[in-house]
Amino acid sequence: MKTLIALIPALPMISFLILVLFSGKLSRKVAGWIGAGSIGIAAVLTVIVSVDLISALPEIKSYQITLWQWMSVGNLSADISFRLDSLSLVFCFVITFVGFLIHSYSIGFMDKDEGIIRFFAYMNLFVSSMLILVLADNILLVYLGWEGVGLCSYLLIGFWYKEPENGTAARKAFIITRIGDTAMIIGIFILFLSFGTFNIQDIMHLASAKWVAGSSIATITAVLLLGGALGKSAQVPLQTWLPDAMAGPSPVSALIHAATMVTAGVYLIARTNVLFSLAPIVQGFIAGIGALTLLIAGFSALTQHDLKRILAYSTISQIGYMFLALGVGAYSAAIFHFMIHAFFKALLFLAAGVVILVLNEEHDIFKMGGLRKKMPAVFWTFLIGSASLSALPLVTAGFYSKDAILWFALSSTSGGVVLWIAGIVGAFLTALYSFRMIFIAFFGEAKTQPSFQAGYLMTIPLVVLAVFSLFGGFIELPASLGNFHLFSNLINQSLPVVGIKNVEHLEWLFQLISSLIALSGIYLAYLFYYKKPVFIDSFNHSKIHHFFEIGFGFDKVYDILIVRPVVWLAEIDKKDFIDQINISISNMALIGNEVLSIAQNGKLRWYLLTFAFGIAVILTYMMTK
Amino acid sequence: MILIYLILILLAGALLAWISGNLNHVLPRVITLVTLIVDLVWLIIYLLQTVAFSNKWLIDVQHHWILQFGIGVHFALDGLSLLMLLLTFFLGIISVLISWKEINSRVGFFHFNLLLILAGIVGVFLSLDLFLFYFFWELMLVPMYFLIGIWGHENRTKAAYKFFLYTQASGLLMFISILALYFVHGNSTGIYTFDYIQLLGTHMSASTGLLIMSGFLAAFLVKLPVVPLHNWLPDAHTEAPTAGSLILAALLLKTGAYGLLRFIVPLFPIASSSFAPIGMILGVIGILYGAKLAFAQTDLKRLIAYTSVSHMGFVILGVFSFNELAYQGVVIQMIAHGISTGALFIMAGQLSERIHTRDINKMGGLWEKAPFMGAIGLIFSMASLGLPGLGNFIAELLILLGAFKSNVLMSVLACIGLIAATLYSLRILQKVFYGVKNTDWKMNDLSIREKTIAVSLVIVIAGLGFYPQPVFNIAKPALLKTLDEHNEKTQLNSENLKVETDLKSKLYFYK
Amino acid sequence: MLSVPVETQILFAGILFFLGMIGLLVRRNLVFMLMSIEIMFNSAGLVFIIAARHWNQPDGQVMFIFILSVTAVEVAIGLALILQVYHHFKTLDVDAIHKLKDE
Repeated sequence: MKTLIALIPALPMISFLILVLFSGKLSRKVAGWIGAGSIGIAAVLTVIVSVDLISALPEIKSYQITLWQWMSVGNLSADISFRLDSLSLVFCFVITFVGFLIHSYSIGFMDKDEGIIRFFAYMNLFVSSMLILVLADNILLVYLGWEGVGLCSYLLIGFWYKEPENGTAARKAFIITRIGDTAMIIGIFILFLSFGTFNIQDIMHLASAKWVAGSSIATITAVLLLGGALGKSAQVPLQTWLPDAMAGPSPVSALIHAATMVTAGVYLIARTNVLFSLAPIVQGFIAGIGALTLLIAGFSALTQHDLKRILAYSTISQIGYMFLALGVGAYSAAIFHFMIHAFFKALLFLAAGVVILVLNEEHDIFKMGGLRKKMPAVFWTFLIGSASLSALPLVTAGFYSKDAILWFALSSTSGGVVLWIAGIVGAFLTALYSFRMIFIAFFGEAKTQPSFQAGYLMTIPLVVLAVFSLFGGFIELPASLGNFHLFSNLINQSLPVVGIKNVEHLEWLFQLISSLIALSGIYLAYLFYYKKPVFIDSFNHSKIHHFFEIGFGFDKVYDILIVRPVVWLAEIDKKDFIDQINISISNMALIGNEVLSIAQNGKLRWYLLTFAFGIAVILTYMMTK
Repeated sequence: MILIYLILILLAGALLAWISGNLNHVLPRVITLVTLIVDLVWLIIYLLQTVAFSNKWLIDVQHHWILQFGIGVHFALDGLSLLMLLLTFFLGIISVLISWKEINSRVGFFHFNLLLILAGIVGVFLSLDLFLFYFFWELMLVPMYFLIGIWGHENRTKAAYKFFLYTQASGLLMFISILALYFVHGNSTGIYTFDYIQLLGTHMSASTGLLIMSGFLAAFLVKLPVVPLHNWLPDAHTEAPTAGSLILAALLLKTGAYGLLRFIVPLFPIASSSFAPIGMILGVIGILYGAKLAFAQTDLKRLIAYTSVSHMGFVILGVFSFNELAYQGVVIQMIAHGISTGALFIMAGQLSERIHTRDINKMGGLWEKAPFMGAIGLIFSMASLGLPGLGNFIAELLILLGAFKSNVLMSVLACIGLIAATLYSLRILQKVFYGVKNTDWKMNDLSIREKTIAVSLVIVIAGLGFYPQPVFNIAKPALLKTLDEHNEKTQLNSENLKVETDLKSKLYFYK
Repeated sequence: MLSVPVETQILFAGILFFLGMIGLLVRRNLVFMLMSIEIMFNSAGLVFIIAARHWNQPDGQVMFIFILSVTAVEVAIGLALILQVYHHFKTLDVDAIHKLKDE
């Protein structure tokens, strides 16, 4: 059983190596099936291991396997070792399962692309790194996976490298996340020097034993780790890279920039939750950032024209919900929303990918329209995804996961009304922008004609994900609606249970409010974007609309505050002033040479005269002395 | 005797290569290759036979040379020098292979110089007699000067001069310090000797120690190089032929780092401790300033040259952290930087061989033409920015951790260097391989020979990233010995100081 | 025997030396300059003779013979060089020959 755990990340890695080593000899189809197949087998293995672990719970909480000793220097030792507990299990499941669906979709999607082998190689490397990230037993190995997924994200955003903008977007993503990662590695340093180990479990035990809650070292460390999480998960203030990251192919957006990599920050915080509970200020801060992000991104999503950018802002916003949940200590709710979000957001991106592909790279939703009749399969699945995203009450999975977060934002001991209101406003925005997409892109008259119909390779994954987006929520039902806690019971095996204020009897009321909010959002979307678009004409041309559209101007501010100074700094001293000093020394020597060589004019009699004069001077001096 | 033979084989090979150059162009290459392979294989066989690495010298060869002045032929091998030798021979072979097509004029003399440099480097890594050390230290320079000056690019003469002036001047300062150490030791003990082992315990006052150390430092810091003594490096690296750049970056710089570890730290424990804060600051300045300059360059080789300045900043930061973590990091950094920067220089050489420019603004979109080269460039750019899984990450991690132990602020500032490294590394990729084609270059992807070189380098760098333990094991005793040597003295010193201050406070009390 | 005071003798030699020097500075023809140098050599030799006689030591005369032979060699080489210079430049004017100037 344990070796199977090691095989889960190893399979995509092997497939990556095969694709790289034999890139010249493989046919395109075979490459695709190797890429997707390895993930498929990994998904099957995950299921086998999951069943085994879940049946062994709660006696055995985790499986561990050490492959080899990575390094051992002085008191430092780190192994390549994996640990599977219920938290990593959920992540593994989502990564391999959704990953497999997206890979098989990609075989169809990338069919015409010349770089298909490169694409699958990168994708496999990504899945492998992501699995290492969530399975790693020590935090250094987490960092390895963490940087690995960052690299793959960079490579895949810039996959169509011939467009310079894609390269710029890729670079932006890498650099911004790297800023967060640097904070994270400093945090790792502090952890190691405080506890002498990289092992996450040991660190957590030692931290709760040695560090006082609220102490400055715990706070600093938590802030540094949070820095890494914010960068990776695209939260304020490091969120600006994600909308640009949509330059990559749609399956990449679905897998990396929606379902898995961007939630690595959620994983990190959940994994190191002890540290954050030792730093209550930071944890409160996380909730605040989550609330702020979900609002900012929600408003921005409302004003975008590019279908994928809407989804990108939506992703930022939904991860904001997860951070909100983490901030109030509702870990299982955060992970639950992560899973459901992976389903419906992957679905939305894949469906959007089909739309964009058949409309010949048309991204603007205002140039689509009427797609409902032209491509019914995509329409229905996209509708299900949007409904789940908008948390349509009772029938969608998104309702259960988001409702749990909203409820805990209010009822958790560290929650509060402000957080809840932010969440509710966000939920309203979500419903509004989701159905804005539906009404603008899929209803009305057709402005662009589809060039072909998507094949089964692309539609089957959509249908599967749609099923999960609808019914995935039933594994966790709130107390007022069935009181079924399969998922949180599983997660609580490895994460702490949220503490709740004594308001449980009111849960139905708040559920009702949030349901109404979601429904009213959908109705307003119908009104504004289908029935009576004139209502919002003035808004569409207002400055505030523009402000929302450019993502609250973060890019501009960073450009002025950071990018330009850095470029200026690089330009100002391009030639290295120290070198200029050296050159000036040698120039001075040359000048001295010129001055002194005036005397050397080649005239013999001039030499003699100065010679005689010199002797006269010396003699005079000697005599007078 | 193996140690002396290692050097003699190189020298003999050098002469043979020169002479055979008159016959045809292939013979010198083959001779050089064979010479280096013989050395490498011999060393590896020795390594495999060595069961345990202890804190004693693995091999110790001593002969008299000039008895009157206490000069001897003293070579010794420990884990540290063993690793350096392996690196030297490995990269030596690679540098022959990459020049196979590039160098076509005076082939014999080229390989003569190449082997002579390598002999000098090997001598530096093995000598335990300061006079002999100085001899080899200078032996590296002249052939390098020729290598840059004869086979270099357009501004080669100036660059060669600059290289020679910097290294020669700093070398002379070191020679003065060697003599000073010789006389200080002679005056206090009556034994006039250049022998490293005997000089180890030399007792000297704090100010004398600082003064003598500064001469050694000058030589090592120029070689390393450290800002503001780095200016020879970009010029020399840029103008040298590919093999020259490779040897400069991958090996010559390492002699500076090796010198710090082998001589500065154990010979001047007290002085080096008092210099440590400045050393660490210099390291951080090097990391950041080198990265900043690298980011601004448009000449690919110059850009890579400045990244060397940045990476060597980590070395000096580590050396002056005085702990095992940092020292292991320094060793790995020496190897990993040698491989990764060497590989980048090789790539730059292959590019300019194909498209006859080094200006990255004129490149772009080359991935389409040369995907294999692109992949290699990608891997080593990632190594250079410290991606986990590649050797440089292990090095930087350990150095930063070690530095964090002794100076938090410096370590945190150095971490900013990681972000800066991202900026310049991605710039290389973006400008060279991404984007649209600027000009319709007619270029081929890597040939079999070039692929072999690249793949072997990739294997080494990835091996270092995932399984660096053998290197740690080999280097460990040597590093611990150095540290012990250092710590013993400094603790003694601090105890003395403590006694003094205790006395003073007591006296003050009685007043 | 007429005894001339040694100071006068030295003065005479000095005058001879200055004549030679002035000749060297004033003349532009290389042959004459060489002759002026000879005069200066001889004045120096004269001082040796004077000194030898003054102290009744033979060393001065030895030195003079030494100088004589050196000048002989020097004249030989000098004349050869002058010939070469003339051959090369077609003139013996020193002011016209300044090839050693720092460019």
